[in-house]
Amino acid sequence: MDVLETWKTVKRADLLQMYYYLRLTRTLEDRIIALYRQGRIVGGVYTSNGMEAISVGYASALERDDIIAPFHRDMGAFLVRGITPGEVVAQYLGKRTGPTKGKDGNVHMGDLKRGVIGFVSHLADNLPVATGVALAFRLRGESRVVVTNTGDGGTSRGDFHEAMNFAAVRKLPVVFFCNNNQYAYSTPLGLQMAVKDVVDRAKAYGMPGEIVEGNDLAAVYLAARRAIRKARAGEGPTFIECKTMRMHGHSEHDSAKYVPRELLEEWKKKEPILKAEQMLKQLGYADENTFREVGERVTKEVEAGVEFAEKSPLPEGPETLNGVFATDEEIKP
Amino acid sequence: MTTATAGREVTYLEAISQALDEEMTRDERVFLMGEDIGPYGGAFRITEGFQQKYGEWRVLDTPLSESGFVGAAIGAAMMGMRPVVEMQFADFISCAFDQITEVAAKNHYRWGAPVPMVIRAPFGGGVHGGPFHSECPEGWFFHSPGLKLVAPSTPYDAKGLLKAAIRDPNPVIYFEHKFLYRRIKAVLPDEDFIVPIGKADVKRAGVDVSVITYGAMVHLALEAAELLARDGIALEVVDLRTLIPLDKEAIYQSVRKTGKVITLHEDNKTGGIGAEVAALLAEECFDSLDGPIMRIAAPDTPVPFSTPLEEFFLPKVGDIVAAAKKLAAY
Repeated sequence: MDVLETWKTVKRADLLQMYYYLRLTRTLEDRIIALYRQGRIVGGVYTSNGMEAISVGYASALERDDIIAPFHRDMGAFLVRGITPGEVVAQYLGKRTGPTKGKDGNVHMGDLKRGVIGFVSHLADNLPVATGVALAFRLRGESRVVVTNTGDGGTSRGDFHEAMNFAAVRKLPVVFFCNNNQYAYSTPLGLQMAVKDVVDRAKAYGMPGEIVEGNDLAAVYLAARRAIRKARAGEGPTFIECKTMRMHGHSEHDSAKYVPRELLEEWKKKEPILKAEQMLKQLGYADENTFREVGERVTKEVEAGVEFAEKSPLPEGPETLNGVFATDEEIKP
Repeated sequence: MTTATAGREVTYLEAISQALDEEMTRDERVFLMGEDIGPYGGAFRITEGFQQKYGEWRVLDTPLSESGFVGAAIGAAMMGMRPVVEMQFADFISCAFDQITEVAAKNHYRWGAPVPMVIRAPFGGGVHGGPFHSECPEGWFFHSPGLKLVAPSTPYDAKGLLKAAIRDPNPVIYFEHKFLYRRIKAVLPDEDFIVPIGKADVKRAGVDVSVITYGAMVHLALEAAELLARDGIALEVVDLRTLIPLDKEAIYQSVRKTGKVITLHEDNKTGGIGAEVAALLAEECFDSLDGPIMRIAAPDTPVPFSTPLEEFFLPKVGDIVAAAKKLAAY
């Protein structure tokens, strides 16, 4: 099926909603980069620039009761799950109104009420955790699904293999995404693994896998939807490799000079927002006016978020001591 | 499978089985994961018969994959389950170190999601296990905020602390001493009970010298106390039972009475829990001290295999007697 035919199979309203999230993600992360360059953000800034279709796509394919266990290139998924731009900026600024109340920074945030498992820096650590989320669903006979994501580099860690294996053995309702953006910090794919495609790794676990054009919003969404339906039906996990390109450095302090310019130029043409706009126009679902209106809307939302975050209080020093242990009240059913 | 039996003595091992069984019956959210715990019943037979009773999913055999199943326990715990995972030997907990220290321990602190889970870790030497089946890895986790650590020494404490651990809203590592499994017996109450986490217990009262210890070493200290009593030295044996959060008041109370302290553990000496207890006493009870704080612990080597080597490695009753006599003479 060609790209246009694929896009036709997704509802117009869903596509327009996802397009909005692509723009919101890009605008929010660009604004965070600007704050970083102004010296208003302490610590690292890790963005999903040029890769937004992956996290927006998979998160949009989930139901409200489902869970995500994302990684640091998944801002779109956080937003789709309802984490607000204000909370995100507050988190980056270390404010008390961020999801971690200043205890952790940047994309290391979670909120169970909105079905988001917090990310830890150790890549692939969240994959075994996601299998446990799926195991809980299986034990209770719930038809819920968890989607997790990691990078190409993360698939070299033992936790990736342990999670994939366990999930496959027990046919757990989990979908493993891989954002293959071709670089793990400065390490290119060829020094990360000897297999050509990351998806080859799934074969070792008897897990079905597929490769998706990661910058094609509809393709990601549809692949996610298929895998999620399968998982929900008790047919076990799927591995989905999304081919994409990291357009910025590993974090904003990294100029990424080690990435050949021509490679970036080539991928610029496959940029996911541009691609989405071409398709929406071809389908007659939207025009330049729509794009401008969405742009104005997300800019307003992001600016309101920045204002909220900047006005929010910083935590007080002694709050450091709070929350090492949970209390009995917190786990009352 | 063991069930509560009026008046019969149960072993330390049976006490652990009883706690698991009763908690699984009481709360359907409780489930077990580990290697060979199903039809085989676990390397030490703690879960013998459990799979027949509770089914394949609540007594879940995992791949050989400690990091994988500890991570899975974390995820299930966050979803409201109460996983209890078994390390076949505490030594293998190193494979899951990252999940325990980076994910489980920091989870609630970072973003507020409780991780109510238990990791059972059969630990300790004296069983000819060699460097990979005898370790006391509690020191690694003693320095990792967010975890609770318990190490019972009697069947009563073993049962009560495991029940408390399962009901606790935090990740708890439960260090069960392999040497005690079938050697220590007691009659347990029929009714439901817990031993609260964070409470030490004076296993023998005395006025001359305090021994601050836990795990199998409690029994060594009790033996030493018998011998010392003949020489008119009254040893007080404080069983920490919980290592994190440490019952500091119980330690201070004992030392304020005796003024003389021995810390005793089977873990390596450097950076061990005895060192922390000694530092606390220097800070908080300096005026009560009437002699140097003495540490008895294993030397800073891996646990050796051969009998004379392991005998040399492990603390002995004689070490405690000698240290107590030296302190008593101060």
